[in-house]
Amino acid sequence: MEEVDVEPSTTVTKHLGFEWGPGDLLVYETNYKLQGPRSASSPSVHVVRRDEDICSPILRKLFNESHLIFVGLQKIKEDVPSKNKKSQFVSISKNYRSVIRACMEELQQNAGKPSQYGDQVSILLAIELIWNLCEVLFIDAAPAGSLLLHLLDWVRLHKSDVDTRAREVLQSDSPAQHQSYWDVPAGTQTLTEFDVKWRHWHEECDRCLQDNTFASNRHLETICKILVGDEDTLLEQRELLSTWYHFLVTRLLFTHPTIKPPDLHYYAQSSMNMFLGPRASPEPLDIILLSAFEFDLHQVIKDCSIALNNWWFVAHLTDLLDHCKLLQSHNLQCVSHIRSSYLSYMHVCVSLWQLAVDYFDHCPEFGRVYLELQIERVPLDTERKAIKVLRICEDRQMSEQVRSICKIMAKRALRNNRLGSALSWSIRAKDAAFATLISERFLQDYSNKGFFTDLDLLDNLGPAMLLSDRLTFLGKYREFHRLYGEKRFSEAARLLLSLMTAKIAPRSLWMTLLTDALPLLEQKEVIFSVDQTYELMSCLEDCFSSVFQDEDIESTKTELLRLALARNLAMAIVKEGTIET
Amino acid sequence: MDPTAKYISQKISRTRWRPVPAGLLQQPEVFAAGSWDNESNRVSIWSLGDNDSDTDGEFDEEPRLLCDSEHDGDVMDLQALSLAHVWERAHRYSCDNAPCTAVVCRSPELVSVGEDGRVILYKADQTEVVRVIENADSSTIHAVTFLRTTEVLTVNSIGQLKMWDFRQQSDSPAQILSLTGDRVPLHCVDKHPNQQHIVATGGQDGMLCIWDVRQGNTPFSLIEAHSAEMWEVHFHPSNPNHLFTCSEDGSLLHWETTSGSDMSTLLQRGWNSRVVSHSGVPLAGEDDSVVSSWLAGDSSKNRLEATHMLPSQTLSVNSLDVLEQCLVCGTDGEAVYVHRQLPV
Repeated sequence: MEEVDVEPSTTVTKHLGFEWGPGDLLVYETNYKLQGPRSASSPSVHVVRRDEDICSPILRKLFNESHLIFVGLQKIKEDVPSKNKKSQFVSISKNYRSVIRACMEELQQNAGKPSQYGDQVSILLAIELIWNLCEVLFIDAAPAGSLLLHLLDWVRLHKSDVDTRAREVLQSDSPAQHQSYWDVPAGTQTLTEFDVKWRHWHEECDRCLQDNTFASNRHLETICKILVGDEDTLLEQRELLSTWYHFLVTRLLFTHPTIKPPDLHYYAQSSMNMFLGPRASPEPLDIILLSAFEFDLHQVIKDCSIALNNWWFVAHLTDLLDHCKLLQSHNLQCVSHIRSSYLSYMHVCVSLWQLAVDYFDHCPEFGRVYLELQIERVPLDTERKAIKVLRICEDRQMSEQVRSICKIMAKRALRNNRLGSALSWSIRAKDAAFATLISERFLQDYSNKGFFTDLDLLDNLGPAMLLSDRLTFLGKYREFHRLYGEKRFSEAARLLLSLMTAKIAPRSLWMTLLTDALPLLEQKEVIFSVDQTYELMSCLEDCFSSVFQDEDIESTKTELLRLALARNLAMAIVKEGTIET
Repeated sequence: MDPTAKYISQKISRTRWRPVPAGLLQQPEVFAAGSWDNESNRVSIWSLGDNDSDTDGEFDEEPRLLCDSEHDGDVMDLQALSLAHVWERAHRYSCDNAPCTAVVCRSPELVSVGEDGRVILYKADQTEVVRVIENADSSTIHAVTFLRTTEVLTVNSIGQLKMWDFRQQSDSPAQILSLTGDRVPLHCVDKHPNQQHIVATGGQDGMLCIWDVRQGNTPFSLIEAHSAEMWEVHFHPSNPNHLFTCSEDGSLLHWETTSGSDMSTLLQRGWNSRVVSHSGVPLAGEDDSVVSSWLAGDSSKNRLEATHMLPSQTLSVNSLDVLEQCLVCGTDGEAVYVHRQLPV
């Protein structure tokens, strides 16, 4: 019934009504028309959905792989010391990023035309950039010495081609000077030692510049100015740097390699202003990065949610930051909201309901409630799917949902005349009422047809028989018939009597049961003992007194029974009174 | 060695190796995967590339898609056959189509079973159905396997195994076996490749049961294999001392005997079973060892060890297939895992 129209063929001449859905819009034609005669409107309802990629195969891989990482993250135990945890978190962050990169690469490879996945690819690029920066600044929380190294790596990763060219330019002319410079931040020295050495080197560079050592060669002079960190010279290399954060890192590299995290934001702001110039206004991505440099995590998340329109990114990043204990308590509501937005986003692709369950589990406030509502709405096409849904509910002790799903499946089975299936669903839900219903159905069939159907089920009920009284009766009644068929009369008689005296037989069937006793009474040998016969008689009288309609039919049967019982009583008394010689 | 994972963007309900001609000692290279729960489901064929490994024996090849085709409804089961045919409405209720749950073939004959409780016999080259056993079962039949050329064994959702002999005219089973305890639905069944009377079943409670169909109404042994439904159980076709099970709880276990005796004597005498995780590192949230001893037996000599084959807890593993040294399985996390160096 679903058709995907890229361009809907119907032209709409009427008023449209609409209703918001979780990720889409429901549109229908109304009968209302401003002018002209009323005519019948089209009966179809249109679902308007953004031509979104969520169901695209490549993005599904992203969702599935990241789900695995997410679940693994939730399992990290609380009592592990924080140092080990940090390295775990960093590796998880790297995992997420590699998944993003793999997705990006595949999109780029598979794009039919260059613009086909262009939007997606650029969003993913931005996401990876921001995530990487957050990893460096917040998760890895690099201290003063290595902070710049990490930032260098960050920039290099995202502007790799630019960097190689820059390096070529720098290194081709004065290898000796630069070699020693690059080797220095090796991490084997303490911060102060390095600082002293660096200052010494910096002063030397400065002196060279002042002395006009390189005055002859313009190129070398430029390079020297760069090394000293002269901002104007750096700005001149704008095409090479291409972004303000590259400029920032380069500037820091040559002026403050031992930058401490709290000082970062001052340089970030000024770099951005310098690079972009007075007229250009910063793009959303730039603002996000700036907030990151200012260590304003809350702002980063807020801006990402608004600007990027990609709930996947925000949901997973905030979850990771939450595990790193970087989000303050008032942000938790934010986390919960973000996660539920992600879930409604995922809802568009129906097949992902199983992934969603794990996210619901870790939704701080309303996860359980949402899950309960959601799980009842998963369509149950086959038994296998119902079994999977049930397993999810049972694992989380959602007994009401279990009951309702089992009832749906049992009712469906009953409608299709699959009594065994219906019974197995009732057993799973421990639904005594439905088991009673099924037994009634069996007994009705028996009364109508005169024999039992589905013997394989009835003969093998096992402990399930005890689920409901009626079911127990059914099982035992069938057993009585079997015993009678095998000519084990005394056992059959005992069973029949117990069925009546234990009062699990429904009143409506007592006449049937008593009638079943007739052939046993008519046997040549005495089967019922004196006591048993007395009991049968009292049952008969009980039954007779409570039956009001069909008096004449009943009275014939009752007469027969009374006669048979009396005869049996006589023979039984004689038999029991006789002394065996 | 960890299995390679490939995400294929659809939840996988069945994976099967394409059979390799016997006697050629080749490793299987091509497998089929069927999807479920999609708006449009597909059956796809994947190839693993050439068999050459580099010097250190690493197989890097990811499966490549060879071809795929659309499929109406969920793919419930796959079997390899040389001809193709569609039998419409083979399984049905009075007013609707009923899902067919399993198919087994022993060329040229095919048997299918479904939620409508029918057992249907087909021949691959005939359009008409050969035989239908109506009302074979009052509940859903979940799986079927050939015992002998004319005998099949089915398992249903009230915990019974039924043996059907097609040579007999009557529509009732030749034999019915079931557990004495709770009637737990059984989902999968497999026969021992060499000894036709030994059969393994797995059910809703994750218990692995081994039965001897010749004797008695109760299984030999019950092993607590998984914590959720067991979807498939397979004896290794050429080395039956190895058994593989996969389950809704996201694990795939490889069972092997560690003593000298073979599986069937082991099953008769009992064992200690121990579950270890694949990499030796305990998975989050599980005990390090589960020791359960069944029946009296010389527990020191006979051991059955189970190892987790998948590196971490995934969503439900719906299907697995083993052939020679290769294992393929598919999960609800939309990933196919291929293991090419099974220790069998």
